[in-house]
Amino acid sequence: MAIEFELNGENVSLDVDPTMPLLWAIRDIAGLTGTKFGCGKALCGACTIHLNGNPLRACVTPVSVAQGAAITTIEGLTEDGSHPVQKAWRDLNVAQCGYCQSGQIMSAVALLNRVPKPTDADIDQAMSGNICRCGTYKRIRKAIHQAAGEES
Amino acid sequence: MSELRKISRREFLRRTGQAGGGLVLALTFGTGCSPKETAIAPVATASVSPNVYVNIRNDGIVEIVCHRSEMGQGIRTSLLQVIADELEADWDRIEIVQAVGHEKYGDQNTDGSTSIRNHFDLLRNAGATARDMMIAAAATNWNVAADECVAREHAVHHEASGQSADYGELVDTASELPQPEAAAFKAREDYRYIGKPMDTVDGLAFTTGGAMYGIDTVLPDMLYASIERCPAVGGTVTSYDDTAAKAVSGVVDVLKMPEPTSPPLFNIKGGVAVLGSNTWSAAEGRKALAIEWNLGANGTHDSASYKDALIASVSEPGTGVLSRGERDVETANQHEAIYYTPYLAQAPMEPPAATARVNEDGSCEVWACTQDPQNARNTVAQTLGIDKEQVTINVTLLGGGFGRKSKPDFIAEAAWLARETGRPVKVTWSREDDIRHGYFHSVAAQYYRAGTDAEGNAQSWLQRTAFPSIGSTFAPNVTGPGSFEIDLGVLDAPWNVPNMHMETCEAEAHLRIGWLRSVCNVFHAFGASSFVDELAHAANSDPKDYLLELIGPDRHINPADDGAEYGNYGNDLAIHPVDTGRLRAVTEKAADMAGWGRELPDGHGLGIASHRSFSAYVAVVAEVSVNEQGKMNVDKLWCVIDAGTVINPDRVHAQLEGAGIFGMSLALHGELTTADGGVVEGNFDSYPMVRINEAPTEIHTHIMQSDAPPGGVGEPGVPPVAPAITNALFAASGQRVRELPLRNAGLT
Repeated sequence: MAIEFELNGENVSLDVDPTMPLLWAIRDIAGLTGTKFGCGKALCGACTIHLNGNPLRACVTPVSVAQGAAITTIEGLTEDGSHPVQKAWRDLNVAQCGYCQSGQIMSAVALLNRVPKPTDADIDQAMSGNICRCGTYKRIRKAIHQAAGEES
Repeated sequence: MSELRKISRREFLRRTGQAGGGLVLALTFGTGCSPKETAIAPVATASVSPNVYVNIRNDGIVEIVCHRSEMGQGIRTSLLQVIADELEADWDRIEIVQAVGHEKYGDQNTDGSTSIRNHFDLLRNAGATARDMMIAAAATNWNVAADECVAREHAVHHEASGQSADYGELVDTASELPQPEAAAFKAREDYRYIGKPMDTVDGLAFTTGGAMYGIDTVLPDMLYASIERCPAVGGTVTSYDDTAAKAVSGVVDVLKMPEPTSPPLFNIKGGVAVLGSNTWSAAEGRKALAIEWNLGANGTHDSASYKDALIASVSEPGTGVLSRGERDVETANQHEAIYYTPYLAQAPMEPPAATARVNEDGSCEVWACTQDPQNARNTVAQTLGIDKEQVTINVTLLGGGFGRKSKPDFIAEAAWLARETGRPVKVTWSREDDIRHGYFHSVAAQYYRAGTDAEGNAQSWLQRTAFPSIGSTFAPNVTGPGSFEIDLGVLDAPWNVPNMHMETCEAEAHLRIGWLRSVCNVFHAFGASSFVDELAHAANSDPKDYLLELIGPDRHINPADDGAEYGNYGNDLAIHPVDTGRLRAVTEKAADMAGWGRELPDGHGLGIASHRSFSAYVAVVAEVSVNEQGKMNVDKLWCVIDAGTVINPDRVHAQLEGAGIFGMSLALHGELTTADGGVVEGNFDSYPMVRINEAPTEIHTHIMQSDAPPGGVGEPGVPPVAPAITNALFAASGQRVRELPLRNAGLT
């Protein structure tokens, strides 16, 4: 049975095992590699995507959950990297190795959609599911405030 | 994915300017973080390469080859800064090309914080000789003396005649000129890029999902592999049943991997591989395998009893490696302490992953997140029994490395499976694979004894260290620390003590021992800096003042004076001395920034530690607080580095910020244990990392201004972090912790 959903604004139909995690359906079947594997158990947030605008750990979510939904990955956030969060990330050179940053950005965008002017406590709560082994947390906090239009 | 084909030079030129750039990782970028995608294909029809690192095209684009691996330290940016500066190239007319593994580039082993430390002159020379070649070409065209011409802003100018020529216009003439070997370097005050906080060249890719890591490689007709490996090092497959695995949808094949070798080297660790049509099917098939293991000689390794053995080992005299003055001195007081630190895994966010294809002629092409592409090339050649000239290693971005990706065992797995299956194969390690089957940071025990006079001043210092050696990964019967390991924070101890003795004690290896960011400096700095703090409190002295007193007067230390053979990170002591003045200066600066000595709320404490490693000096002050439930929080960190000449201060600040978090993770949480020869922990639930909610509310970093030769940057920030925290904990609560991680003491 094919799973049909909207992926970054385009309708896709994936002929996959419905129990396959969305992460692997997106990466291996749909061919979008911007969403990352880090743990496979919803422990690190590297695979964070949006399902109907809400952040989701794709590594533990069966692809069948996406049926009929709108999925957004880092590639679909903007066409040109112009989202305020993406711009703040570049402006502050947040990334070191960059690997976790797709997930960090998707979590940050979801936070700002929900809480336009987050406090540090809001940020800590919303972003604590995303591990950065390079340790870029200081700049992540600052970039989220900047994207929210605040000075930090 | 067509960009993953090895593309010809002509095709490369044709494709250059297209978004993404492909596996050669060609990337055009503008100033700052908004990389510019060239709208039209360039018209280059010729180019000239003054050396292997620079290629100047007649469309005016300068290609700069990055021969070092990018794993978050920012080398793709800072390497460009050095070459482009000497070359007088415009930042927005450069393309970066990631080098394959090849000896023509010299040392590519991205390890030991060496990319700038050991290559600054090489990179400057690459840019400067290219610049001089452009000047020579212009002088030839204009029939003027070369010394009347200057290079500036991507062009050569002849002031007297008012002529100027863009670099692209000079390619044809330059092609007829001899390749220059040496050139004068620019004066420091003339730098345009060196020392400037340039934005990360990969910024756009990092924020749009376009960055290509080892795990992201896709080849046509590729199989995906997941490998079940023996829990114990050296263990082998007795028997296995793959019936159920082969019944899993998408599983294509099951193969028994080659047996592991002893010593392990970088060879395949054995096991059984499941190959599928996607990552998930391979992993599901693997779960269905039934394997009987022969755990082998390491199958009884148990970290709890091993800890007791290590502590027993350092409790007895060992082999002397440094001797100053008298060994046993009678003093007013004697202090002793034992410190213990566990195994750690590097745990880069991108687990090991590699893709390989074996062609009909037997040659092999690899795409991998490797810190050491030449080593990967040799390992693949040996694994396949082919000449290394038949092996091409394409280097992707690395989603973190921290030493793990120096070891190409995972690349050998992909190459071997590609040959066996006759199809391209991507091997992706799960997080559990990464935590359980790595090359681990050593577990270590250390014993310290100091004799102090009536005022508490240290008159004698005895230090013993025991840990399974990295050498055991490469040679049989290695039963204790190697000289290259006691270089890291033992032989170069800065203490101004008249009697000092260092000893190593025995420790057998039962896991694959490797290196992790900062290596043995991590535990040696923890032990020594903790012990100094203990001595300070025993003397009723201020810990910062006591530390500075123990560092003593400004001087250069030569461990050879005390009979030690000291490697100094491969550097000449005349160029990179062990300079106690610089260690003192960072210590004083960090204390000053932190407001050392100020009034603190109840339950708060400041701790300090400083350490030289990789020819750089770092001091850290931590402020911690302990709440009524006895839980500790790291509130603030102040980190000061003297790394000599700095290329990109923004990336140096970033490395210090990251080192603070990395050091916190190992101080608070990091521990691997073993049972029946295998690592017990497996994922971020049992091997936790510091998360944003645990990160200090403030991390202040400072770079000392210095004209000294560049030291390391990626690693030196880590070692002082853990002892600064535990010393702060003592100041806050009176609790002395001599074992890491702190969570075992119920503090987190």
